[in-house]
Amino acid sequence: MNLCRLKNLKGISTVLAVGILWLLAGDAFGAETASATGVTGGYGPAPDLKPSDYPQVAGVNSRVTIWIVAQLHLWFAAFVLAVPIFVFIIEAIGMRTRDKRYDDMAYEFIKVSITAYSLTAIMGGLLLFCLVLFYPDLFRYMSVIFKDSMFYYALLFFAESAVLYIYYYGWHWLQGGFRKWVHLTLGLLLNAVGTTLMLLANAWLTFMMSPAGVDPAGVFSGDAWAAIHNFLWNPINIHRFIANIAYGGSIVGAYAAFKFLTASGAQEKAHYDWMGYNANFIAICALLPLPFAGYYLAAEIYAYSQQMGITLMGGLFAWLFIIQAVLIGTLFLSANYYLWCGMGRSDGAKRYYKYIKYIAIVLIGAFLVWFTPHTLVLTNEELKALGGPYHKYLGPLGIMPAKNTAVNLMILFTALSFMFYRRANKVATVGWVKAGNAIQVALFTTGILNIFFLGVYHGYFTNTVYKVAASIPQVLTTLIVIVASVVIDSFMYRRSQEAGPLHWGRVPPRSQYALFLLAVSFTWLMGLMGYIRSGIRQHWHILDIMRDNSPDAFTPTLGYAANVVSLATILFMAMVIFVFWLSQVSGSKTLPDGYWKE
Amino acid sequence: MKIPKLLQAVLVLIGVYLGFILVFDVLLDAVIPSSVLAMYMFFVAAGVFMVFTFEEDGTRELVAPIKALVEEPSRRLIRNIVFVVVPVLAGAGTYFQMVPSLDAPVELRSIHPAPPTAIKVYGKRVNLLKLENPYRKFEKEDPEKFKELVAGGAKVYIQNCQYCHGDKLDGKGPYAAGLNPTPLNFQDVGTIAQLQESYLFWRIATGGPGLPKEAAPWISSMPVWQNFLSEEEIWQVILFLYDYTGRRPRSWEHDG
Repeated sequence: MNLCRLKNLKGISTVLAVGILWLLAGDAFGAETASATGVTGGYGPAPDLKPSDYPQVAGVNSRVTIWIVAQLHLWFAAFVLAVPIFVFIIEAIGMRTRDKRYDDMAYEFIKVSITAYSLTAIMGGLLLFCLVLFYPDLFRYMSVIFKDSMFYYALLFFAESAVLYIYYYGWHWLQGGFRKWVHLTLGLLLNAVGTTLMLLANAWLTFMMSPAGVDPAGVFSGDAWAAIHNFLWNPINIHRFIANIAYGGSIVGAYAAFKFLTASGAQEKAHYDWMGYNANFIAICALLPLPFAGYYLAAEIYAYSQQMGITLMGGLFAWLFIIQAVLIGTLFLSANYYLWCGMGRSDGAKRYYKYIKYIAIVLIGAFLVWFTPHTLVLTNEELKALGGPYHKYLGPLGIMPAKNTAVNLMILFTALSFMFYRRANKVATVGWVKAGNAIQVALFTTGILNIFFLGVYHGYFTNTVYKVAASIPQVLTTLIVIVASVVIDSFMYRRSQEAGPLHWGRVPPRSQYALFLLAVSFTWLMGLMGYIRSGIRQHWHILDIMRDNSPDAFTPTLGYAANVVSLATILFMAMVIFVFWLSQVSGSKTLPDGYWKE
Repeated sequence: MKIPKLLQAVLVLIGVYLGFILVFDVLLDAVIPSSVLAMYMFFVAAGVFMVFTFEEDGTRELVAPIKALVEEPSRRLIRNIVFVVVPVLAGAGTYFQMVPSLDAPVELRSIHPAPPTAIKVYGKRVNLLKLENPYRKFEKEDPEKFKELVAGGAKVYIQNCQYCHGDKLDGKGPYAAGLNPTPLNFQDVGTIAQLQESYLFWRIATGGPGLPKEAAPWISSMPVWQNFLSEEEIWQVILFLYDYTGRRPRSWEHDG
């Protein structure tokens, strides 16, 4: 416990330092800019920088340093914002069901996030130092425009810390009756503060992509809300909010897998198996709508700037998008494999084994379409054989209508895997089982046909605006089929009998590696997509407003970028394993014989 | 006779591989690129692994022959053979992958370079984000005039563009075979149907030399058409490209 307190004090002091520095920086730089431009009470244009305006530290590559630090900060921030969301949900479930296992699990989750919280603050402080050190003029310009939100951001950090510590340390104190409600309310408050922090930080980064509240020369109008509420703010907010939940679920899933694999007793294994299942369930629930949120964000980027849109998916970064597609597919495959392996916990699951191969065929088939590149890598012989770089049959699979159709199918069949998993240990007793199953089959069949129709007809035979718009009814079809089927299932299995006792812990170790794969794929994916989102500005600090004239103002090669992201991923995973290990250490006690005076 | 699981898995993989070759190379007469096939097969193998190992009995059956090969003393001879043959095959595979060849290296070339925000054409600066085809409005307002403009564009196309891009706009003009990269196929759903008209204006007006430095080399032999055609002619030819192919330019507005 002492170790934990020490870490927390360190976290608080770092946050304090960050906050104070931020306040000072905002004021000082604001005053400096106003005086430098000679505008009293007004704002100057964005500075036109020279390479010599960027301080260099011998032997340090400033861009790679800030790239890695920002990425590490974001990963930890995503984790510590996500965990309280589902800790709140799980605590509420525990209160409703009065099943203490949920309360214990929620407490264990928040315990893991406490160490991660300190690391988030440390990385945030480091990021700020790097910004001030390596990109002082950019930071100065941004802090003039966002001085208010930066000030409140620092204050909110204090609020976040205070609420988190009361929530964590008061867990066992605030138990039962009204006290438990107070505790749950604190959880809600913690989430509200955390989400507000994320929204503010999102405003700064989206301003760099789609600046608002400034004129073409970068002169700020003084309307801070316009700068915050820029074109890409809400698309990023939605995408990040959902992605954080999925990410948090995957990291806690990896924690449970770590504990499962190192557990010695059957009871401990059963507990962590159950925890891993719940974490994976949350991750999958958030993963299902994530491709739609991502598509919405990409469509909005394209709508804002054709240049950024094409750079993103058709141009320079097209091949990184293929890697992204592969990683997203890997997430779906890992999540499905974990569910299939988990069916071994039930003796009644064998009834459904025969369907797994068909689900796998659809998943893999859709996955192949999902990552088929638009820009093919062809050898000269293939180029000659095809008569050009265009492939008559693979080419149409390289554009979005095919991808949207594929990902909807992947989502539908992942939901089907989940339904089989839920049914595995149950035997329905209602008289309308056959009719219920028939309705579900009809729902899936109609849904799949509709998804195909929308994808093929609107995707290839109508105006682009309908092609983009067709993704919405596709998503709605998928959601309707899933929700309706789950509702039918819940009525059909309401008074069901158990096929046998559920054996928590009876899963093969490889299922736990699927949980690890989920967490690593998520992390790598976020790093890669974060780089792409930031990189599509290319030689601009702030798109079309403030040019990046630093010596590093070039777009790195794909291989170089992938290596930096991979290095950052390894660093983050090493730190996460350290966090897991700490949680293990904090629970162990050594009794040193003869050391202390009796 | 029941086929052992390991053999089943291998047969599935071989079957899928041959299936891809049969469908693309033989039936469709459109060779499947080796890079795509390699990616496809990797994830097909992952899928096969998932299906064969998600339950314990199946996994045990799958790995039993491998386990027996490694552990059973009676299989010593075959084990030694396998332990020699597998690394040799892996080494040979690596060697043939890495050995330098006389072929030109494979180029990773983006189909759509990203346009700049603004360009300088016909002696003026044009903002590509806001640029629109001045004749597109006649499609609804004055269909007769629109028809004339499209016909004008067709004339420009036949006189200037079809030599490379082909009289069917499929990128197979008489000169196409001599060019690498080959001229764009406008019939392909992945080309002009994905783009705004301002993008086409940029590509036609500034040609190969106007391509951005990013993701170079583009090595495009497209002429700088602003030196040969008027601004009006370029907009007309753009109308023709969409009209002939039946595609619609990318836009954010719904048709009426």
